[in-house]
Amino acid sequence: MAETFIMIPGRTSKQGCGISEGKFGETYQSETTVLQVAPQDMERLGLREGDRVRVTSEDGQIEIDIKPSKGDELPPGLLFMAYGDLSSRLMGGDTHGSGMPTSKGFDVELERLD
Amino acid sequence: MATVEQADAGPDEESLKIVYDATCTFCGCVCDDIDLTVKGHQIVKAKRACVLGNSWFLNHNIEDRPACLIGGKPAAVEEGIQRAAQILFDAKYPLIYGLSDTTTESQRVAVGIADWIGANIDTTTSVCHGPSGMAFQGVGEVTCSLGEVRNRGDLIIFWGSNPAESHPRHFTKYSLMPKGMFVPNGRKDRTCVVVDVRKTKSAKAADLFIQIKPRCDFEALWTLRALCKGIELDPQVVEEKTGQPLSLWQDLMNTMKAAKFGVIFFGMGLTMTRGKHANSEALLTLTRDMNQHTRFVCKPNRGHGNVTGADNVVSWQTGYPFGVNLSRGYPRFNPGEYTSSDVLARGEADAAMIIASDPMANFSQPAREHLARIPYVALDPKETPTTRAAEVAFTVATYGINVPGTVYRMDDVPIPLRPAFDSPFPSDLEILKGIERRVKELGRG
Ligand code: SF4
Repeated sequence: MAETFIMIPGRTSKQGCGISEGKFGETYQSETTVLQVAPQDMERLGLREGDRVRVTSEDGQIEIDIKPSKGDELPPGLLFMAYGDLSSRLMGGDTHGSGMPTSKGFDVELERLD
Repeated sequence: MATVEQADAGPDEESLKIVYDATCTFCGCVCDDIDLTVKGHQIVKAKRACVLGNSWFLNHNIEDRPACLIGGKPAAVEEGIQRAAQILFDAKYPLIYGLSDTTTESQRVAVGIADWIGANIDTTTSVCHGPSGMAFQGVGEVTCSLGEVRNRGDLIIFWGSNPAESHPRHFTKYSLMPKGMFVPNGRKDRTCVVVDVRKTKSAKAADLFIQIKPRCDFEALWTLRALCKGIELDPQVVEEKTGQPLSLWQDLMNTMKAAKFGVIFFGMGLTMTRGKHANSEALLTLTRDMNQHTRFVCKPNRGHGNVTGADNVVSWQTGYPFGVNLSRGYPRFNPGEYTSSDVLARGEADAAMIIASDPMANFSQPAREHLARIPYVALDPKETPTTRAAEVAFTVATYGINVPGTVYRMDDVPIPLRPAFDSPFPSDLEILKGIERRVKELGRG
């Protein structure tokens, strides 16, 4: 069953190193294609590292593997992923007159793919 | 001190060159104290660089790729220049975008081309601190250089910014660790507060971490504004809106008022979240208000190496920092209308030139789909999703590593580049000058 979360895409140092190594290289590709979920949410939803989920925003949909976030980095209810092609697919084109699409802190539905 | 010297090498070794005080252009910290050990066309060591800087220096060697591709096929650079100029000249609504990872010398030529052909020119600022740029125009920015932070800052607040991952030497070089003139004991003389929705790596460096509710930066900042002015607030409403009790905000305000030199560094946690320029404006006005009590400044933590230079160059040439349309022969500025995300997502541009950035990876889906439909020119040292889909793609030399010039650090301080080795590839500047020359010829008929 789908559940609503708040998505926060952002920078990570691994993603930054991946840019210099080359965007088609292993570092960038692996870092930008995994979704971090708070350990409490993983446990509550019976999810395990490596499970595949579908994430749907108002503007797009992706399928992605998950892993637990480290320690208490992510509070329950929030999701994090490194900026990249997949995170961009969830963004809408409208910028509300600012030039900046809402790229952080938007609602998404998460459902497990079996 | 000489900035370059030949190091002793064994009889069988290729000679090593040391470049002292080279400048890293990966992030807005623009560290200019890196000592590079260079072996031929490869940097083998980057002393003092952080993990990002190290990856930047060690991975920009000379790749075995054509200098120019037209329609995906290798072509002569001059042919690419001709084709690129023709694409831009023939377009009704050309877009020039990117510019944050190239020298200011190239940036000014790019603005020149935009002027000659009546293009829409925009930089990656529009999708990082563009909303802050709008807020500056509304309420101004009380600010300072990073040198002042280093020597004076005794309260350092990071709001919606995670320099531990995005600007790894920020703490050690500028904001937390240095022993400064008025903070002689370095870290011991400074208090660090991190405000974020996630407990990021930067939170671990803080004396106080405040976890706020997502999408509530505006409410939290206005809570502080009210407390700064001594206005009474309802504790229940504050906690409900910000996720933290009023007493905590009051404590923070007491700490802020007690500081001698307070600094707020803010990031894209503010500008990319609902509220955008209103969030930045709230932070800028809070900083301004604080000056009724003590010295307080703020500074956006800018991402790319020369994104600040892009703001400066586009401003000094057109009067506006980003999102500028020159189609009527004079500059018009309107974020939301002339910013690239919008121009592409609405399907308006009919050709483009992308310089040193990768919208094919970073833009929204409708914007990317439109860019894929129109002919465009791309300049980049690396192969990216953007160069792959370009009609004309140039492989260029890397600024700072192969190319000299100037970049602006995030505090608007211009810094010279000290390249490590020559590249067989042309620089952005050479390509852009070629395109500028050609569009001028086409314009004369
Ligand atoms: S902090 Fe930024 S500029 Fe300094 S070495 Fe690291 S990546 Fe380069």
